[in-house]
This record gives sequence, C-alpha cells and structure tokens, in this order.
Amino acid sequence: MNITEKILARASGKTTVSPDDVIFAKVDKVMVHDVSGPGVMKVFDKLQKQGIDTSKLHDSSKVWIAEDHFVPSAEKVSAENIVKLSNFSKKYDIKKHFKYGMGQYGICHTLSHEEALVNPGEVYVGGDSHTNTTGALGAFACGLGHTDVAYVLLNGEIWFKVPETYYFKLDGKLPPHVMAKDFILKIIGDIGNDGGAYNTMQFGGTGIDEMSIESRLTLANMTTEAGAKNGIIESDEKTVQYLKERGATNASIFCGDADANYSKIFEYDASELEPTVAKPFSPDNITIARELSSTELDKSYIGSCTGAKYEDLLAAAKILKGKKVKIRTEVLPAAISIYKRAIKDGLIEIFLDAGATVGPPTCGACCGAHMGVLAKDEICVSTTNRNFPGRMGHVESQTYLASPQVAAASAVTGKITDPRDLN
Amino acid sequence: MIGNVIKYEQDNIDTDVIIPGTYLKIHDYNELATHAMEGLDPDFPSKVKDGDFIVAGKNFGCGSSREHAPIALSTCGIKAVIATSFARIFYRNSVDGAFLLPIEIDDETYQKISNSDQLEINIENNQIKNITKNETYSMKPFSEIIAKIISAGGIFKYKK
Repeated sequence: MNITEKILARASGKTTVSPDDVIFAKVDKVMVHDVSGPGVMKVFDKLQKQGIDTSKLHDSSKVWIAEDHFVPSAEKVSAENIVKLSNFSKKYDIKKHFKYGMGQYGICHTLSHEEALVNPGEVYVGGDSHTNTTGALGAFACGLGHTDVAYVLLNGEIWFKVPETYYFKLDGKLPPHVMAKDFILKIIGDIGNDGGAYNTMQFGGTGIDEMSIESRLTLANMTTEAGAKNGIIESDEKTVQYLKERGATNASIFCGDADANYSKIFEYDASELEPTVAKPFSPDNITIARELSSTELDKSYIGSCTGAKYEDLLAAAKILKGKKVKIRTEVLPAAISIYKRAIKDGLIEIFLDAGATVGPPTCGACCGAHMGVLAKDEICVSTTNRNFPGRMGHVESQTYLASPQVAAASAVTGKITDPRDLN
Repeated sequence: MIGNVIKYEQDNIDTDVIIPGTYLKIHDYNELATHAMEGLDPDFPSKVKDGDFIVAGKNFGCGSSREHAPIALSTCGIKAVIATSFARIFYRNSVDGAFLLPIEIDDETYQKISNSDQLEINIENNQIKNITKNETYSMKPFSEIIAKIISAGGIFKYKK
C-alpha cells in the first residue's frame, strides 16, 4: 500500500484497503476556524432540534481552533463570530484555541506545522479546503465542510472513499530563483484544475528529498487547486526534526510500502522549471513569468498559508533588500511565530524600508474578506492560491498567482517580473 | 422531482462566485441566499424559483470547502445541480448536509438541456426526463455510499 492507503487502513481498522473502498476512518486531529467553527455551531443547532445530543464532543483533546479568516475583526459580525468561538471552546473544553491578540496565532494551516499539531501517519481533517497543506508532514490531511466536521466532532470518525494516487516525481534540485510554488503551478497547469479531482497527489523523488519542509508544505497546499482529496509527502528525518523543534514528542517516520501502487506517475526534471505565474481567472491558467513582463500591476500581496511562511518571507526580503517598491505592497506573515522570527532576522525592517506595509497574520485579502481587498480593475500579483473572479475583492479585479520571489521582484518594477531579470 | 432549468454554459463554476468570500462570516441561511451566485449572475436570487435546477459544465463547485455554497443555493430553492462533473467538497457537502442533489450527466446530455427546460429527475431509475423537449436522458448512478446517504437524508441520519 502507498502512504495514503496505509494511513486509511490503520484508521479504519483494516489490514489493507484499495482505491474505491469506502471506509469509516477514525480521525486523530480536527480543526475549525472562525468561518467553519460558527458553521459547525449552526449544524449543532439543527441537530439539537432533531433530538441529536450535541452536549459532548467525541474527544475534545483532538480538536484545535484557529482565528484567521476575519481577524483582526473586520466588523461586528466577524467580532461576534470570535466571541462564539470562545464560547464554543469553553463549553467543550477545547484547550488548543489560538486566539489573536493572545500570543501565538495565525492561519490554521500554518499553525498545523508551526505548532506541530499533526504527526506523520495521522488522519487530520479541517473545516477548510487547504487542510491538504499538512499532508506535507506525511499525514492524511483533508478538507471537509461544516456538516462533516460536525459529524467528526461528535463521532470521531468520517467516511472516505479510498482515493487513487497520482505520484509526482521531481528529480534534481530547483534552480536559483525557482521555488516550490513554481513547481506546483506548473503541475496544476499540466493536469488542470480538476486534474487531481478525488485523488491523492503524492510528491517524491530527489527534488522532494532536497526540499525544506516549508517548500513541501507549499506543494501539498495547492493540491486543493487541482481538486485533490489530499496531498501527501512521505515523512523523513527532516520532517521529524522539524516537528521536534516545534515541540512534538511522538513524531516518527511514516512511509508507504516499497511495492506501493500508483495509478499514474508524472516525472519532472527540476532543472527545467522556471518562475511560473497563473493568470486570471484560474490556477491552471499558467505561463512563465517572462511571458508577462509587460503586465502592469497595482499591487503585490505576500501573504497566506501558501506564501507567507518564514522561507517565503526570507526569499521576498532577499529581493527587496535595499530596493523600493513601485506599487502597493503588503506583507502579512502567516503566524506570530513567523512574524517574530522575521523581526529578529531583520526581514520586517527590509520590507518597511522598501516601502511595503506589514500586517498581522490573517487570511484577509486572500479570500477577499478584508485588509487589502482589490478595487474594480485593479491587478495584483499574489503569493496566494486562488485567482477566481472576485477572489481577492471586486469581481472585475485580477490576480496573478506567483512565488514570493516573483511577487517581490514585481513589487520593485511594478510589472510582472522574473526575479532572474531584476537588476 | 420536477423543476425548471437555470443553465450556465460554463465549466469550473467556483465557490467564490457561488458565494463570495466576504459573506463567509454570515451563517444566516436566508441572508446567504440573497448573495447566491453573486459573482457570476447577480440577478440569480430574484429569478430563481423554488424547485429549480442549475445545469452547468464540469468541475462545478471547485475551490473552497465553504458549506455556504450548497446552503445558499438550496435556500434559494435549488433542489439539484446537474453538471458534467463536480469538485469533491461541494459534492459531499451537498449530500452529507442533504442540501441538494448533485447529478452527473455526460457532455451530450449537457448540450441537449436548454435554459428554462422543465425536467423531471428520477434517481430511482437514474433518468432525467425533459418534459419541454419530450426527451429522456440517463444520469450517472450515485455510488453505493452516496445513494445510501441521500436516501437516509444526510450523514447524520445514515446508519453504518
């Protein structure tokens, strides 16, 4: 069995599973945030009216809560949702609640790795589509809606159809100025935005072995944009080390069998990859950054679970050091822990000196919610993950998805810029 | 189940156009319904009638896990979305929450159905009757688990 099959077999108490088997998997970790949490509460209200007991969770120690989408509270409805979340965690005795303004908090997917909340080999579900991110640690990580998350919270398990697995093999090391973001955009461009639908997208090969954990997280994060059920990378010493540094006590290597089956294998040569951009209005609408060098921009956005991890900020800062931005540029570290490290290492000063604005961790403008949404006809280069119509603001705004290096180089010139071409 | 078609000749109708991100903070179903399809067709809430079906191309509901998407459509009165394929979270949210039926059809059937056609969906025999055109099409049968959850009335009523 491959790693996804092995995890789902263990979680469903079976010795073996195959693609298309329907199983009920015991869930090890569950996440809700300030959008899905109140959504789950609404489901609980409906269930109570039907006489279903919602007074106790199956196991509140498996649950954690993030405040990320509409924080700092944009207006009173968002503020009320944060109060509801606090009442929820109090009522159900949920200890891991990362509150904004109270120490560590950040985007839910970023917390999953920064706080070592999920271990290799576990089943982790979250009320957010980019839950796939955490599969980079060697877990089965899958996004669900409110009803399914409510079911998991009350019953500790949920049904899955065992997915087929597509294996993406990367040989060699990424060239200078090419990032994991470029690789995943290239893949989505190749297979299309439903090219991984209902399936697992697994990454491996020497190029993945070489990659940092944060780069691997970028790959798994955007498997969602190809419609995948989960993205996954077999854990290694690097994974275990990364988790231990962040407080994990029982993280160990978990991999698939040597004779595992994959329904398709896609092979990539790292040396052929280039800075890549997804044009409006779909993540699969890709081209190389150099093709877009005449595209004038209004804004550069360096944020989100996809593109504001420490390594993303470091890559952007290296480009912005000693330069000035020509367009509105916003940098929002994805978690307080990353923000603090970026201050300590001088990255925030580089951003501010370049003229960029630095904001608190939030999903904010990535989902068109608040804190930097786009006006009609505005054009943005962004390190985020989606560029559907209206995704980051007005339905007639445009978003180009790119790596942190492309977003930083473009901030300097005001046009989409391949970082290799920046003087 | 009989209803009239609102057809969007488009693939990849994503959750950001079905219910834009700015409304994710809202959990009142009636209020969400007033913003359904706002990113694609702002007139949708005023023209949709209770019992209507949406017909669209492939990968309907791609993007986010927001359950607001099937909630907004079903609260407007949409009983089924008929498409050539669905994104997985929209599909399972529709079924597990018992909001609406996600019905898969082939390309040929998709071409044959027109806006405003009156259809009768029969999931017992996997048939769609086009009353307006006097034609009959087949739909892709639901998988066993999906059929059972639909017949139970959602995941919470489903008995393993």
